[in-house]
Amino acid sequence: MKKKSISYAKWGYFFVLPFFVVYFIFSLIPMLQTFYYSFIDYFVDTSKPPSIFTGEYAVVDNGFCGIENYLDVLGLTEDTAISFIIPLKNTIILWLGGFIPQIIFSLLLAVWFTDIRLKIKAQGFFKTVIYLPNVIMASAFSLLFYSLFTQGGGIYEIIKSLTGYDVSLINTPTGARTVVGIINFIMWYGNTTIMLMAAIMGIDTSLYESAQIDGANPSQTFWKITIPLIKPILAYVLVTSMIGGLQMYDVPLLIGGPTGGPKTVLATLVKQIQAGRDSNVSKVAALSILIFIVSAILGFITLKLMDDSTKIKKKKVKKVKA
Amino acid sequence: MTKIKKILAGTLAVMMASSVMTACGNDDSTSSGGSAGGSNSSDASKKTYNIYCWNDEFKQRFEKYYWEQRDTALWDGVEVNWVINTNTDNVYQTKLDEALSTQATDEMKIDMFLCEADYALKYVDSDASVDVKTIGLTDEDMADMYQYTKDVMTDSNGAIKGVSWQATPGLFLYNAVYAREVLGTDDPAEVQEYVKDWDTFTETAAKMKEAGIVMVSGFDDTYRCFSNNVSAPWVTDGKITVDPQLKAWVDQTKEYTDNGYNNKTSLWDDAWVAGQKIDGKTFGYFFSTWGIPFTLLPNTLETSVDNGGKEEVGNGGYGEWRACEGPQSYFWGGTWIMGCATSDNVEITKDIMLKMTCDKETMKNITATEQDYTNNKTAIKELIEGGYENPFLGGQDHLSLLTEAAEKVDLSNKLSKYDQACNEKFQGAMKDYFLGNTTYEEALDTFLKNVQEIHGDLTM
Repeated sequence: MKKKSISYAKWGYFFVLPFFVVYFIFSLIPMLQTFYYSFIDYFVDTSKPPSIFTGEYAVVDNGFCGIENYLDVLGLTEDTAISFIIPLKNTIILWLGGFIPQIIFSLLLAVWFTDIRLKIKAQGFFKTVIYLPNVIMASAFSLLFYSLFTQGGGIYEIIKSLTGYDVSLINTPTGARTVVGIINFIMWYGNTTIMLMAAIMGIDTSLYESAQIDGANPSQTFWKITIPLIKPILAYVLVTSMIGGLQMYDVPLLIGGPTGGPKTVLATLVKQIQAGRDSNVSKVAALSILIFIVSAILGFITLKLMDDSTKIKKKKVKKVKA
Repeated sequence: MTKIKKILAGTLAVMMASSVMTACGNDDSTSSGGSAGGSNSSDASKKTYNIYCWNDEFKQRFEKYYWEQRDTALWDGVEVNWVINTNTDNVYQTKLDEALSTQATDEMKIDMFLCEADYALKYVDSDASVDVKTIGLTDEDMADMYQYTKDVMTDSNGAIKGVSWQATPGLFLYNAVYAREVLGTDDPAEVQEYVKDWDTFTETAAKMKEAGIVMVSGFDDTYRCFSNNVSAPWVTDGKITVDPQLKAWVDQTKEYTDNGYNNKTSLWDDAWVAGQKIDGKTFGYFFSTWGIPFTLLPNTLETSVDNGGKEEVGNGGYGEWRACEGPQSYFWGGTWIMGCATSDNVEITKDIMLKMTCDKETMKNITATEQDYTNNKTAIKELIEGGYENPFLGGQDHLSLLTEAAEKVDLSNKLSKYDQACNEKFQGAMKDYFLGNTTYEEALDTFLKNVQEIHGDLTM
C-alpha cells in the first residue's frame, strides 16, 4: 500500500537535532555532573598548581557525604565558606531595586504610548531612545557608572560640593544597592515597555471606548481593563526578570569589586559560584542545585499564573452562559 | 528585500555554526597524549616562545633591553607569544594552572612563566618549574643577586627555581613642594626625621592636615610596611592568623581615616592616581622600586608622554619628588621569571635569563634609564660610585637608600602560598571597617569567607 501523503515531519526533527545534540553535550551532561558532585566531599587545593606531567589538580576527594554540602551552604553547619541565604537575599534586594521602578515606569509609558486619546507624536523616536540602553553592554554601563560615582568621579564631586559628604555612594551599602538598581532599571525598562505595549495593543479598543462612554476615568480603565487583560504578559515579564535577576553578576561585580562591595551587599549568587568554583567544587555544585530548584519553582509559579488567568476567563464565560 | 533577508539568514546561520565550533576550537590537544615533557611538541610550538605574565612590565623590559642583544641563531624563525592575565582575584594563577594542567597532552608548550612574591612558593614547590641550573645558569652567574631574591625561589630540595632582574625594597616618596611648605625643608635626610617611626609619622600627618594636605592617599598605602614585618606568615598548617603587625595597620589606618589623614582611596583607583599630581594634596606614597617608573612618574606628569609630553623638569611633578627610608623597611612585589618544565625552547630561556637577570651591563643600563632597581649589587655599586643622580627625584641618589633597604629585606618565615588572596581580601574587607560600614569583627568574618571561597581548605 502506498502512503497517502508525504510526511515532512522528519525534516522538522532533522532541523532541531543540532540544538538537542549541543544541549545534551554542553548543558545536560554538566548539569547531571553538578548533581553528582553536590553529594560528594570534593575540593581542589588551589595552593598547589596542577602537576605539569599528569595534568592532575591537587584534588581532595573524600567520597560520598550525603547532604552535608547542602547543610553547609544553607548555613546549618560551622563551615560557612560558601553560603546561599545571604547572597540570595542580596540578589533579591538588588533585583527588586531594579524591577519595581522598572515595572512602574514601563506600565506608565506603555499606557501613555498606546492611549487612544493622547496620540503621542514621534513614538518611533521615543521607543528607540528608551530601548537604546539595552543595546549597550552591561559591563560598559557599569564601568561608566563606576567612574561617575567613584571618588573623584563627576557625581561624587557634585554630591561632595553640595552636601560636603565625602564618602563615595558606592562605598555605602544603600548607595551601592541604589546604583546597581538604577543601572538595571535603565537597562531594562525599555525592553519591558515594548513588551507591555505589544500586550496592551492586543486589547480591543472598543473596550476602552465603551468604558469611556459609560463614564470610566483613565485610572478605572487602567485597573479594570488594561491590567486584567495583560496579566499573562505581566506574569511573563515578572518571571523572566526574576530568573534573569537570579543570574545577576556583572553589574554588581564591576560596581563592588571582587570582595562584594560595602558590607558585601553586592555579593550575588553567581558571584559566589564564580569565586568558589575553582576550589570549593562540591559546595558550589550544591549551591547551583539550590539555585536550580528556586528557578524551577519560579517557573512552575508562572505556568500556574498563566493557567489561572485563562481558567478564570473560562469560568466567567461559563457563568454568563448559566 | 527577500535577498537581504536571505543574506541575513545565511550570515546568522554561519555565525551560529561557528560559535558552536569555537567551543571545541581552542582545544588543540589532538596528539596521542600520555607522553610527558617536550617530546610531543609540535613544530609550531618550537617556533613560538610562550610567556605567561600578568602585565606588560616584563614585556617592556624584554623588548627594550633583551630583543636587540638576543641570540639570533636561537631565535631564528621563533616568535614570542605573550599571554597576559590580570593578577587580581587570583585570575592569573587560575589561568596559568589551567594551562599547566594541559601541558602533558598539549602540543603548544609554555616556555616561561612569571611569578610574584605573593604566590612564589606555590610555583617554586611544584614540578612545573625547573632548577635554573638545569637550564644552564651557574652560581657564578647569580653571584651578584640579592640573597633574598634567591631564597624566595629556593625549593625544599635547595634548587633555585627562578631568577629576577629586580630587587624591590621600598621607600617613602614625598612631594617636595609640600615638604618645603609645611616642614620647611625638602632635604631627604631632614624629612626622614619627620617620618622616622610611626608615632612621628602620625604627628607629621596632623601637621599636614592643618595645611589641608593628607599624609597618605588611602587605606592600603602603608599596608606593605606592616605586612612585610610580620612575625609569621598568613597561613601555617592550613590555619589563617592575623599578625599583630596587620592589626596595627588596621588600627592605624582606622585612626588616620577618622582623623582625615588620608583621602579614603584604594590602591590604583582614580582618586589615588590623582593624588600623585604635584598639586594633588597628598604628601607621600609608599613605593617599591618599580613604583617610580611604572606608576609615580607617568601619573605625575602634566602632559603624558603619549600626548607629546617629555620626561623633564617642568612637566608636572617631574623633579619635585624625593625619597626617604620611611618609618619601617619593607619590600613590595617583585617579579621572578621561571622556566617551564615542558618547554621546548630551553636554550632561549637560558639566553633570556642570562641577559635579562645576570648581565651586569644590561642591569646597569636598566637602572640608569628606567630608575628600576636591578638585582645586581655590582651594577648598582658602580652606578652609585659613578655619581648617580636621578633627575626625577631632583638629582637625588636614591640608589644608596635602596641599597640599604635591600640589604634589610628578609623573607624567611614570612611568605605562604596563600598571600595573594590573603593580602587582597584583607585590604578589601577592612575597607568596610575603615569606612564605618562594619565592625572589625564583621570585616574579619568577610575576609575569612572571601579567602575560603578561593582556598576551600583554610580555617581561622
